[in-house]
Amino acid sequence: MDESAATDRLDVSISVNGETVTASVEPRLLLAHFLREEAHLAGVRIGCDTTSCGACAVLLDGRAAKSCTLFTVQVADRTVTTIEGIADDDRLHPVQAAFREEHALQCGFCTSGFVMATIELLERNPEPDEREVREGLSGNLCRCTGYVNIVAAALRAANKVGRTGKGRM
Amino acid sequence: MYPPRFKYVPARSLEEAVDELANYGYEAKVLAGGQSLIPMMKLRLASPSVLIDISRLESLATISETAQEVRIGAMVTESALERSPVVAGWAPALIDTSRVIADPLVRNLATVGGNAAHGDPANDHPATLAATGASFTLLGPDGSRTVPAGDFFEDIFTTALEPDEIMTEIAVPKQKAGTGSAYIKYERQVGDYAIAGAAAYLKSDDSSTVGDARIYLTNLGPIPVRATDAESLLEGQTVSRRLFKEAGSAAACAAQPWSDMRGSSEYRRRVAAMVTGQALEKAWTRVRKGRHG
Repeated sequence: MDESAATDRLDVSISVNGETVTASVEPRLLLAHFLREEAHLAGVRIGCDTTSCGACAVLLDGRAAKSCTLFTVQVADRTVTTIEGIADDDRLHPVQAAFREEHALQCGFCTSGFVMATIELLERNPEPDEREVREGLSGNLCRCTGYVNIVAAALRAANKVGRTGKGRM
Repeated sequence: MYPPRFKYVPARSLEEAVDELANYGYEAKVLAGGQSLIPMMKLRLASPSVLIDISRLESLATISETAQEVRIGAMVTESALERSPVVAGWAPALIDTSRVIADPLVRNLATVGGNAAHGDPANDHPATLAATGASFTLLGPDGSRTVPAGDFFEDIFTTALEPDEIMTEIAVPKQKAGTGSAYIKYERQVGDYAIAGAAAYLKSDDSSTVGDARIYLTNLGPIPVRATDAESLLEGQTVSRRLFKEAGSAAACAAQPWSDMRGSSEYRRRVAAMVTGQALEKAWTRVRKGRHG
């Protein structure tokens, strides 16, 4: 294969937080870098960079995925949502509000990934129990909190977002 | 971490994917969910110069059933598999397996076909697919062929898949009355590979004696290790907890564990005995329950 073919850039168009972003990218550009450096969405964090910690989690067509383990070209013409795209102007998303109310963060580095994973978890299962929350968030790591307040926030958000609110807190 | 440069070829049809793969041969790798390949490329353990992306081929992402089989497209994601009522009803051992692979975020992208075709002895589906008697459909320039899962894995990261072939489908025999299978994995933490894993298949005509048995182990050798001595020990015997425990010990003798950060080889052999016994117990409850295990 000739070397120029390997370095060819490809034009992609991706819907990010409701806006179409177009760019010419190297095939090897990871989605996490595209979002941070091209779309200037620094809420996407790069933690372990080895598909473990989930700090880079975004929603891809509504499903939580680790953006450090996706090439930008793979998501051409698809829909990406980051932490920057979930609040309604100044009104926090219910999951964000629950994290704030439960003090579910300390340094905050993992938080955007946790929030995105929690949004998908509650979308799939609006009334999870504690075990289901812990399982659902097992792809995200936090080195500060010990997870107790994160789990509490997810359950609180379930009561808010969730339809019946059984007062588990 | 940046992976090495590569040429990206998004396939718009299965035919195009096969053509492109024939065109580039050994230089190319098929990109499915990417959850193993991309990390390997980032660590520079793999550096294919061409990636043929089959992730947009909807025809490979369906689950269907025939009278005898559940047919799973190679691009079905783990998260689609674990939520499939067809799989839950007819091949519950695959649900056991899917739920212990990596973590929920990875499972949203990782595919069943990728897990099998990768040939990593630490991957979980291979043992289950071999134990349940599944087979793989491989498509190449000269057409398709079918390879039983038990014959597919040849050595570490080496399978029967030729460089110009793509895995398109996994056919799993339905778990009908009198049969049952299960998978048990023991891991240090979510997302890790198995310290030891065991897949068991049992068949019984009278709900008290074992007719046929198949046992395969995960991450205890270069390929899924078949525990043939444990199988023969079970066949024809009346089921008891003690029998399953003995079979576990026999399976542990077949294991070829190495010492690593997951434990010493001796420890992992003991875990192999434990998970085999547990997988047999769970498979047996499914034999007795009939269709919906």
